Amino acid sequence: MYLKVLLYMDSNQEQIQNLSEIRNLMERSSRFLSLSGLSGISAGIIALLGAGVAFFYLDYDERYFSINRYFIDKLDLFFQSKIGFLIADALIVLVLALGSGIYFTTRKARRNKLKVWDSTTKRMLINVFIPLSAGGIFCLALLYNGIFFLVAPATLVFYGLALVHTSKYTLPDVRILGISEIITGLVASFLVGYGLLFWAFGFGILHILYGAIMYYRYERKTNLSVHNS
Amino acid sequence: MKEIISGLNKIFDSRIRLGIMSVLVVNDRVDFNTLKELLDITDGNLASHIAALEKNGLIEILKQFIGKKPNTRYAVTEKGRISFRHHLDYLDKLLKSQGV
Repeated sequence: MYLKVLLYMDSNQEQIQNLSEIRNLMERSSRFLSLSGLSGISAGIIALLGAGVAFFYLDYDERYFSINRYFIDKLDLFFQSKIGFLIADALIVLVLALGSGIYFTTRKARRNKLKVWDSTTKRMLINVFIPLSAGGIFCLALLYNGIFFLVAPATLVFYGLALVHTSKYTLPDVRILGISEIITGLVASFLVGYGLLFWAFGFGILHILYGAIMYYRYERKTNLSVHNS
Repeated sequence: MKEIISGLNKIFDSRIRLGIMSVLVVNDRVDFNTLKELLDITDGNLASHIAALEKNGLIEILKQFIGKKPNTRYAVTEKGRISFRHHLDYLDKLLKSQGV
């Protein structure tokens, strides 16, 4: 027994190293760590541009409207002629944001010499897509039934839920972003006339903000050390 | 007490076995290739350490088929989870008592 303790005392340094290796393996095997803050920033910028296009495409009446007017004046009839353009706009934003996200995340993984596609990636994507596809189908149901004014809040709430759910499998900061998106969506679902503004805030401003925080927290140091070496 | 410590020593002596346990306690099921990539070791080396852990009842082997391809995955047993936690607690205490 004494001998063992003595042996351990000698190998203290080794045990500390073992512990840090254990921690590292636990993180690396269970979380997708290559998610880049830059992908949040670029997705946010793209979302703001997309919202800007929609903003100028719509007439003043349609940018903000009161829910009473929506039902009494059949504001939805105005929208229906423009809804095709708005959906196309949203889809382009989605594709560009996803594309830039994949680009920056792949770049970060390559810099850190991690694999982009492994079991943590798969698990993260599966967990993102379950709530997100439920939300997508729900929004299609809203469009189908002509309830356009709840589409923006619904996308925000479902996206936030997807992020909160997925944060277990990637960087923990994603959870706070998710909660912010849910709150934004819930507020927007009461102030229904301002969907476009809330949408721009949730998908634009919040992404840029949290992307910047994550970038400074996880990537700036490693990039600097790469440049220095 | 003495038995537990010597028992732990034997099993978790190797850094690779410690590594396998670290991965398995935070993941429900992990397949051979994922473990191999994470630990960066050869097939034979990993297989022998897995066999040792399984023999001690710390992990279990789950075999299944994906289409026609056999796929083997590993999971930690309750005994494995408890022994690993004890081992970590022990290391922790040891290092603290040394004022590290």
